[in-house]
Amino acid sequence: MKMQRKIIVLALAGCIGAAIAPAVAQEHDTPTPPMLRWSFSGPFGRYDQGQLQRGFKVYKEVCAACHSIQMLAFRNLADPGGPGFSEAQAAAVAADYKISDLDDKGQPTDRPGRLADTFPPPFANELAAKAANGGVAPPDMSTLAKARTFERGFPWFVFDTITQYQEQGPDYIAALLNGYEEPPKGFQLPQGGHYNKYFPGHNIAMPPPLQAGQVTYDDGAPQTLDQYSKDISAFLMWAAEPHMVQRKRIGLQVMIFLIILAGLMYFTKKKVWHEVDKPSAIARGQDPKKTTI
Amino acid sequence: MSGHSTYEPQNKLLQWLEKRLPIGGLIHSSFVVYPVPRNLNYLWTFGGILAFMLGVQIITGIVLAMHYTPHVDLAFRSVESIMRDVNYGWLLRYLHANGASMFFFAVYVHMFRGIYYGSYKEPREVLWILGVIIYLLMMATGFMGYVLVWGQMSFWAATVITNLFSAIPGVGETIVTWLWGGYAVGNPTLNRFYSLHYLLPFVIAGVVVLHIWALHVVGQNNPTGIEPKSEKDTVAFTPYATIKDGFFMAAFLVLYAWFVFYIPNFLGHADNYIPANPAVTPTHIVPEWYYLPFYAILRAIPDKLMGVMALGASIVILAFLPWLDTSKVRSARYRPLFKQFFWLFVIVCVGLGWLGSKPPEGIYVILARIFTIYYFAFFLVILPLLGIFEKTKPLPNSISESVLGAKA
Repeated sequence: MKMQRKIIVLALAGCIGAAIAPAVAQEHDTPTPPMLRWSFSGPFGRYDQGQLQRGFKVYKEVCAACHSIQMLAFRNLADPGGPGFSEAQAAAVAADYKISDLDDKGQPTDRPGRLADTFPPPFANELAAKAANGGVAPPDMSTLAKARTFERGFPWFVFDTITQYQEQGPDYIAALLNGYEEPPKGFQLPQGGHYNKYFPGHNIAMPPPLQAGQVTYDDGAPQTLDQYSKDISAFLMWAAEPHMVQRKRIGLQVMIFLIILAGLMYFTKKKVWHEVDKPSAIARGQDPKKTTI
Repeated sequence: MSGHSTYEPQNKLLQWLEKRLPIGGLIHSSFVVYPVPRNLNYLWTFGGILAFMLGVQIITGIVLAMHYTPHVDLAFRSVESIMRDVNYGWLLRYLHANGASMFFFAVYVHMFRGIYYGSYKEPREVLWILGVIIYLLMMATGFMGYVLVWGQMSFWAATVITNLFSAIPGVGETIVTWLWGGYAVGNPTLNRFYSLHYLLPFVIAGVVVLHIWALHVVGQNNPTGIEPKSEKDTVAFTPYATIKDGFFMAAFLVLYAWFVFYIPNFLGHADNYIPANPAVTPTHIVPEWYYLPFYAILRAIPDKLMGVMALGASIVILAFLPWLDTSKVRSARYRPLFKQFFWLFVIVCVGLGWLGSKPPEGIYVILARIFTIYYFAFFLVILPLLGIFEKTKPLPNSISESVLGAKA
């Protein structure tokens, strides 16, 4: 029996080893984005207001030229757990935008944005976006940080349930913005493409969008590509998951409640089952209090 | 097996009601004095957990339906609007999405427990088959719910799964067109999936009532697999089973809350945060984790029709389990060989799940074929033969003897 079991275990180990080998070989092609430190990771994570404000500036001055963020409303800028703009500041941001609407006479008009409006897209429609960008429409950024990921692979994805690592999206976006380089020898880059080592297939339509010094920060943060890419990634994470801070705060309360509840239930269960678990002690007439539960 | 009800209400109003509709007596005999084997372990708490999860899914689902729009142009946006603009909408949606995963996790524990302790054997065949029907309904409901999000993975999963029916010779294409309500997955498909996704949970609830009814007729199996023989072998449902179920449910909720509040998108797929786009096919189309073993079986077989048949057979075969397992002994505790084949079966199922998430190429296909062969061999060869050749360990005389030792 022992021998039989050993053979089964060995065969299984062999199978799994053989299966993982080619997967590892493939990954050398596209490097894994480095795991960055984010203020919003882990059970107590919160967005860094300054970082979100800087990231918003990068979005507004650079990304917004091509990428829409249509599910984000101006009022969201003043929502708790977000970039921490005051309502007046958010309204001022909105007023800088022109929103297509109808006037009282039903005529098309451009009016200043209000808090309730969502960010207007840079192109009138998808076809216009495609035509202006070499045939590929730049993706909307509302959920981008949750829509991008990279393979974690076994066994890391199992550990991720414990460590709560779920920042693949911002890690990937930050890496991508830093991932432009000269194509290696022998790599055929199609016309209009750009080589990016983190992009699947390496041929990305988007030209390198950010350069050092391009966006002026007024809070003294370094105006480097590295800082820009971290800030915009954090901003996109917030845009994709605006209630995360509230979620994690309530989560902690729920956890504390449930663990206390489960503990109380456990001891109640022990007490209730005492006479079933220890019938001989009770039959011998011992004081139930003196028997160890 | 229902406990004899000694229910005599003191309250005048309840006495009046009891004479006209003895519902108090029914509850009393089913959930208070109902005798349960005293030796049930915590694996037996998953029945209660499943009933609770069904309730959670129905309640969160009804509220989500108040905010959701089943239209191809609006569905994705309306889900995001629930996440952003509805008060605690993110909580409702994450409870519902992760609730489905928890529901399936619990049902898998429940099913493996049933197989390990031989809970499907005479006289519990109907109880088991009702369970298989619930599981099938759950799979249909879960699949259609995933489509409602109308992200990339929703759309392409719907396309792949409905296309399976095109493998049926002759009428396949017609059936697929009929399922879609058009010539591609589109608005009519989304609308009918929404309608059915709302309907099926109530069908599940109905079959659950039958499942519990059948359970209360034949009584619960237990880790020894032998029937209770005297009152010493059982305890009353309340307070014993109630408090035990309650404790473990609270522990289970910790796991559930961990996913909902800390890693709500872990079990989902990133591509489903991209709105559905019929013009762009994702690189890997994968279903939700709870279908992956069956997806691996489907893709392990090179022929499409045979693959679909294997997929169907892998689920339907469960219904025949009571007759495929020829052993008279129920519990794996007393079946040393079965125990080993059982754990190998668990490893194979988990392995198939992992393979289902991998692209169908190279070593993955070969492994999936080996595992698929074992999956079917377990039911069609190993179980029938084990009953004949296996030398089982001696059974205890009664449940209380197994718990308290022969001396008691």
